Amino acid sequence: MKKILIIFLLNIFLFNKSHALIEIDITRGNLDPLPIAISPLHVDIKSENFEGLKIKELGDNISYIIENNFRGTGLFNPLKKEAFVQKPDIAHLKPRFEDWRLIKAQALVTGKLLVKDGKLKVEFRLWDLAAAKEMTALAFTTTPSNWRRVSHIISDKIYERLTGEEGYFDTRVIYVAESGPKNQRIKKLAIMDQDGANTKYLTLGNELVLTPRFNPTNQMVTYMSYFRNMPRVYLLDIETGTQEVVGNFPGMTFAPRFSPDGKKIVMSFAKEGNSDIYTMDLESRVVERITDHSSIDTSPSFSPDGKFIAFNSDRSGLQQIYVMRSDGSGVKRITFGNGIYGTPVWSPRGDLIAFTKMRKGKFYIGVMRTDGTGERLLTENFYQEAPSWSPNGRVLVFYRETKSGSRGEGFSAKLWSIDITGYNERRLKTETDASDPSWSSLLSK
Amino acid sequence: MMFNKNLKNILLVIFATLILSACSTAKKSGNIDGDVYTGKETVEYLASGVPDRVFFATNKSSLTTASRATLRKQATYLRKNKNLNVTIEGHADERGTREYNLALGERRANAARDYLMTYGISGKRISVISYGKEKPVNPASTPLAWSQNRRSVTVKVN
Repeated sequence: MKKILIIFLLNIFLFNKSHALIEIDITRGNLDPLPIAISPLHVDIKSENFEGLKIKELGDNISYIIENNFRGTGLFNPLKKEAFVQKPDIAHLKPRFEDWRLIKAQALVTGKLLVKDGKLKVEFRLWDLAAAKEMTALAFTTTPSNWRRVSHIISDKIYERLTGEEGYFDTRVIYVAESGPKNQRIKKLAIMDQDGANTKYLTLGNELVLTPRFNPTNQMVTYMSYFRNMPRVYLLDIETGTQEVVGNFPGMTFAPRFSPDGKKIVMSFAKEGNSDIYTMDLESRVVERITDHSSIDTSPSFSPDGKFIAFNSDRSGLQQIYVMRSDGSGVKRITFGNGIYGTPVWSPRGDLIAFTKMRKGKFYIGVMRTDGTGERLLTENFYQEAPSWSPNGRVLVFYRETKSGSRGEGFSAKLWSIDITGYNERRLKTETDASDPSWSSLLSK
Repeated sequence: MMFNKNLKNILLVIFATLILSACSTAKKSGNIDGDVYTGKETVEYLASGVPDRVFFATNKSSLTTASRATLRKQATYLRKNKNLNVTIEGHADERGTREYNLALGERRANAARDYLMTYGISGKRISVISYGKEKPVNPASTPLAWSQNRRSVTVKVN
């Protein structure tokens, strides 16, 4: 009798809990991803053809992109569409909640679209199946060729509603596309959507290009190029294709990054065997020297409030990470662990610094607090480096190289991503080998 | 007394040599001595008997005794060929982060340039460029290949 009572109470408790809004715990690695049903969007029969777009398949294709985004987070488990129990148009009006619960879905995404007069109109709804109610609904009108971006924007809205965090799907990744043998690599700047679609090559591969980085406030890019065999930092507008050398330095400039307001570039300038950190204001062209030390000071990265710069220096003998005020004062070493440290990158949330660590012939990507405490190594490999944050500070993208044989065979360079929890390591699909990724901010912000 | 002191010195020298040779046999494997490549493979020549490159230890840009001998040969050659200008290319192995390696290559190339300048070659005749880890001469992922890739190479420009 007592036992029955306990079970009964437990049931009430669970029942109550299941009536609460869906919550996803994103503070830990997710071993129990939320089952979500993403219904194909209903295509209105009044839809007209548009420039070779397969209108009939558009509803399926949009839902496929959303599904793919959600699977990629590791936080969600998009259910197989064969199990779906309701037609898209009917489900979008009002789902039969008990039927969807039967296939173990906890959230449902429905939608419909209409292509008419050269415009694409998409609306979607997110349903909480346990609470049997609508959580959010939105409609967009745009040009039909924008259908992929619309899919990403919908994904971001759903992600935000379910996790309480900003999404990162309507974003792009700029990187260096690599081809050719290891000792004669051809490198080009390339850009793609975060899910690997829409790859475009921005340079032809005539000169070596390295380390492209997005301006966090717009679609400008800074990178390093060996154009005319003069290694310099460049600025590139990816909308217009115009580019220019940054500053007038009598030697190599490298390791560029934007300040958080996008108005300055911080970088290294090497002269007579010594690399120091400089900034240049893009409007006034004023150059400031930030470090003045006989060691190598490089890989600078601003804190998101612009007040500090993290960088790596070998002033102690080997590479370690340091933090200073953005005017160069108050330099403080923050890494003291076993091994050497490079490529500090400040999280857009401001609370963590991502880094590359080298120890006993292995390379690690890790995160730590901005004072160097709380180091967590996320992934270990033969060679990997150059983490870049997703705009919401939840995921890191980096590149990994494989060991090669005596003639360079077996060599590859690929982009990978990992959650800051250390879970959900994934390879980003790229058309070619790839390195030096940089994640853009949200395009629609 | 004098004899005694001499003997003591000789013994010390012998003892030191023994320790050193023990050290070098311990660290020496093939053509790598204490992490620095000492072989001839991959080496090209500016002229007969004038090697074009010197090698470095991991993360280091200091010149070894052998490197200084090579650079003195280059300096002699450049003094004889007064109209010749050179570029020194600095390189690193693949076992470091890209940006640090760019700086390290630059530091290595300048170490070689500075040495040539102390032997009377005008700095105006020597430009430097760093390629970091971008241009390995040996593409293998082995300690031998890495030691061959940690180098500065003097290249004729005219």
